Amino acid sequence: MDLDIALILTQDGITSGAVYALLALALVLVFSVTRVIFIPQGEFVAYGALTMAMLQQGKVPGTLWLLVAMGVCVAALDLFRVLRGASSDGLASSLGWSLGYPLLLAALVNFLPASDSLLVQAALTLAIVVPTGPLLYRLAFQPVAESPVLVLLIVSVAIHVSMVGLGLLFFGAEGARTQPFLDAQFALGSVSLSGQQVWVLLASAGLIVALWLFFGRSLYGKALRATALNRNGARLMGFSPVFAGKLTFLLAAFIGVLSGILIAPVTTIYYDTGFLIGLKGFVAAIIGGLASFPVAAGGALLVGILESFSSFWASAYKEVFVFTLIIPVLVWRSLTSHHIEEDE
Amino acid sequence: MRNILEVSDLCVSYGKVEALSNASIKVGEGQIVTVIGPNGAGKTTMLSAIIGLLGSRGTVNFDGRLETTPDVEHLVACGMSLVPEKRELFGEMSVEDNLELGAFHRYRNGDRRYRETMAEVYEIFPRLKERRTQMAGTLSGGERQMLAVGRALMAKPKLLMLDEPSLGLAPLITREIFRIIAELRRRGVSILLVEQNARAALAVADYAYVLETGAVAMEGPAAALRDDPRVIDTYLGLGGKHQDMLAA
Amino acid sequence: MNTTRSAAALPLPAAAPAGIFCARNIVLGFVALLAFAPAVLPEFYVTLLNYIGLAAMVALGLVLLTGVGGLTSFGQAAFVGVGAYTTAVLTTSANLPGWIAWASSPWLALLVGLALTALIAVILGSLTLRLSGHYLPLGTIAWGISLYFMFGAMESLGGHSGLSGIPPISVFGWTLDEGREIFYLIWAFLLLAVLTTQNLLDSREGRAIRALKGGQVMAESMGVDTSRARMIIFVIAALHAATSGWLFAHLQRFVNPTPFGVHVGIEYLFMAVVGGAGQVWGAIAGAGVITILKQWLQDWLPAIFGTAGNFEVIVFGLMMVLVLHRAKDGLWPLFARLVPAAAPLRKIDAAAKPLPRKPMPPAGEVILEAKNVTRKFGGLVANNEMSLSVKAGEILALIGPNGAGKSTMFNQLSGVDTPTSGEVLFRGQSIAGKDSRAIARLGMSRSFQHVRLLPKMSVLENVAIGAHLRGSQGVIPAAWRLDRAEEARLLREAALQVERVGLGEFMHAEAGSLALGQQRILEIARALASDPCLLLLDEPAAGLRLKEKQALGDLLRRLRGEGMAILLVEHDMDFVMGLVDRVVVMEFGQKIAEGLPEEVQKNPAVLEAYLGGVE
Repeated sequence: MDLDIALILTQDGITSGAVYALLALALVLVFSVTRVIFIPQGEFVAYGALTMAMLQQGKVPGTLWLLVAMGVCVAALDLFRVLRGASSDGLASSLGWSLGYPLLLAALVNFLPASDSLLVQAALTLAIVVPTGPLLYRLAFQPVAESPVLVLLIVSVAIHVSMVGLGLLFFGAEGARTQPFLDAQFALGSVSLSGQQVWVLLASAGLIVALWLFFGRSLYGKALRATALNRNGARLMGFSPVFAGKLTFLLAAFIGVLSGILIAPVTTIYYDTGFLIGLKGFVAAIIGGLASFPVAAGGALLVGILESFSSFWASAYKEVFVFTLIIPVLVWRSLTSHHIEEDE
Repeated sequence: MRNILEVSDLCVSYGKVEALSNASIKVGEGQIVTVIGPNGAGKTTMLSAIIGLLGSRGTVNFDGRLETTPDVEHLVACGMSLVPEKRELFGEMSVEDNLELGAFHRYRNGDRRYRETMAEVYEIFPRLKERRTQMAGTLSGGERQMLAVGRALMAKPKLLMLDEPSLGLAPLITREIFRIIAELRRRGVSILLVEQNARAALAVADYAYVLETGAVAMEGPAAALRDDPRVIDTYLGLGGKHQDMLAA
Repeated sequence: MNTTRSAAALPLPAAAPAGIFCARNIVLGFVALLAFAPAVLPEFYVTLLNYIGLAAMVALGLVLLTGVGGLTSFGQAAFVGVGAYTTAVLTTSANLPGWIAWASSPWLALLVGLALTALIAVILGSLTLRLSGHYLPLGTIAWGISLYFMFGAMESLGGHSGLSGIPPISVFGWTLDEGREIFYLIWAFLLLAVLTTQNLLDSREGRAIRALKGGQVMAESMGVDTSRARMIIFVIAALHAATSGWLFAHLQRFVNPTPFGVHVGIEYLFMAVVGGAGQVWGAIAGAGVITILKQWLQDWLPAIFGTAGNFEVIVFGLMMVLVLHRAKDGLWPLFARLVPAAAPLRKIDAAAKPLPRKPMPPAGEVILEAKNVTRKFGGLVANNEMSLSVKAGEILALIGPNGAGKSTMFNQLSGVDTPTSGEVLFRGQSIAGKDSRAIARLGMSRSFQHVRLLPKMSVLENVAIGAHLRGSQGVIPAAWRLDRAEEARLLREAALQVERVGLGEFMHAEAGSLALGQQRILEIARALASDPCLLLLDEPAAGLRLKEKQALGDLLRRLRGEGMAILLVEHDMDFVMGLVDRVVVMEFGQKIAEGLPEEVQKNPAVLEAYLGGVE
């Protein structure tokens, strides 16, 4: 292997590492606020990429109907609660979000002419898939929000399994690739960068900075951090865990879908690709102990580079290497923690 | 005088154990009302039930509104604040961030004047201003209590509920905390004070309730209870036979 | 309350149901049905039953791991793969290297597969089991995927096309080369696994395993090695999976990586949870429901959706979410309700030989001594230069207002926490750095301020956990019922302690159905079952009624008379004053008074501390 190949591999590794970093951040966020280990994170990546691909083919994506169906379920639950005597405050606005928004969006997608603009397609993809995040929280996690981590994890895995099945139903077994945002090539010394790679890196960096500002500066961001630190304390400030959960899932879905849109022009995405991508984000998140954002991001770059080099050396064992990386990490974690604790 | 808080027949059970049975208390506007009683009498349980952290039976009437199922987020938005026994600070966030979060629901409702409140809080607790960039987890016991009270004040509450504010604090700091409680009343905040430190609480309060094994055993103007021999009994168990009768 | 009383008050021998619906007869009936199944059912259903049996074996391991032990693995399919591939390689290779050539018979290959699986499980377990709950399942997903890709990547394992030509198993010359024949082997293995698992759970080791979920701190303080217990169930679950893999390989006569992927592992977990992760028979119910449903959905869903694909997973996922929302105990309780079979109550053999007791130290000997104990948390001094001692045959009370640092002091004394400076001596030995198990072994036993017991276990069994260190029988004797003599002695001891503290009428009631005060008394019985010479009691009288307090006082006086040293942290002054020999009063982390109860009561500093000093 000469230096050029090493550079190209590093550059590939950093590009995928940047996406893993985004996912790792989302996973750490979801876990610290809601204690949910969010296995379906990867499905949002695949749904994002494939929804975008379908819009480009001029088809109505199945995810739109998923949004409508989930909205109907939430509306039914809300109505049922009010019928059973719960307060009807805020019912109108919640029905507006759960029923009005999806139906409006469905009308827009079905009756307006398809747009060729990539930005419009991306915006539409985000508008369709991201709201399924908070709806998912409402339907699957809110009813068991106080359960042990283990129960939340099994729910999470169950949702993953269902979402993969639905992905197959919506998008079929064929993979898809979308048109690149930028076709240019940049020369950087002896290495050339594709426009899309630059896009991925810039967008990831931008999103990381935006998240950093959100959590460091805005009161909503601080409130989410506060919930992660002390749920009861946050409740006493009037910040409800239900709202925190929905907001977190919204952010996680947004990060997932955006990652999907970013990588869809570089990699062929299949309905079940998301799982492995999401798990690589997990390996990074575990390196950060499911708590530290910067360590998780660093871990993600490590995973990306390890993956790209091992695909060069022994491509059949690529996944084996990446997932075996978790073992030394766990050893290190188990050596640094040794008290008996009760798993709540 | 109008009552800011009226609680009637509040009951809380943990499984088969009734921790609070038919407790009824009132807090008049601008008053300091204290609930004293020995450990395990159900004082903390009562505050948690009033603000809706715990499920309960009975009624809570706050600021003229009847809350059939008290809900924390709703009551906080209506102007009730609790400084819990465990303080519940955000340890890995700065003092200033902790204070800002105290004003969260005001911010959410579009009230952007919380900076002024923060200046007021710093005026009451100059120590907090000195430490405003420090992480809350690194504060001393007394400073933590000040931050917890300051954070609750950021919400501009109509009713401030304090759970054992003197808990674990040295006498000098306890005195300071009680001075501030009196000062807050002067500023027009109604206060419900739960204390184990009976003398200090009775010295500062207008009206008092004595809670024993989950029920109100005595009530009256604080000045009258201060010298009641039965209060002393309750605390030291000097032949406190009535306690056994209640327990049996 | 009343219902538990009457249920518990049933006389022992009559409690076992006499009708034909006792548990044993139902099992026998089930076995008889199984025995005739291959003879009467069409081939398709026999195959289905074979697959149910194979899956149930894996799910059974998960019942033990997840339902009983509270650990979760999504990677069991990989262990199935290890079992299957081991036998596939050993029985198909024509030229095995000499050192392993002896294992080319399926039965020897099973042994090799089990050994290999145990080795892998021990390695993976030692890496992940010590971490808090959620790392294990995440780790299992990771190595589940790694092993799956490894099966596909290794040339010697046939890559993605797999290995074929696996010979059938023969038993005493009978070759099981048809589904109808291997059926018997599969179900014999499964029923044996169910039986041994049931036996294991009803034993000394079994109680330790059942304490893993929600009772680890308590179990450790009773001398249970919880890390070992976790490892045991992890290895057992892996061995069940590997056995299923071995049978699978010889049923299919061919292996490839597909059935060992992580999604199949997830399906096994679903079976355990849907069936009812806490029940041994739930594994069979869950495996049955999921396997049949899968068959059915695979026929129907593609027809409904108009395209081919594994759409059944959509339904499985949603079904799991519903089960976890609505019926956390799974479907087994629903099945169980159809057949009113009552489990027989545990028998207490009054004639069992009593357990040996350690000699009590002579009265007046200093048992526990704290010397200048200081504990700081950051800048906060929770205990400052605290000294106290407890002698054999004496009751010492540690009192003080809320926040005085009593709980911190209790933690230093019981070895849960280590002082910043100063030392704690138990019978002359420093307990610094000793874990709760070692301290329990020395003869110190404790109760907890927030009651820690296993609410679904009977009072008797909860107390028997206290006697854990007084028995020694391990997993294998328990699984094969070779531990009964010792078990009878342990249960007899537990029953004696239950009677001694006055909970005899609740012997077989669920511990969680007791009132809080009785649960505190139960903790004392559990502590006594360990044959201690020092009892540390954290607020034993809280929540007790007057009569119960009197009874507790009498019990403690009796124990003192037998030479026991007792330290109690208490708030109830009436209770303390009439009972204890000496009192130590704490405030602001320091000792402010020490002496006889009457003296302390009149001490101005104490009055000040309790009534508040600020005017």
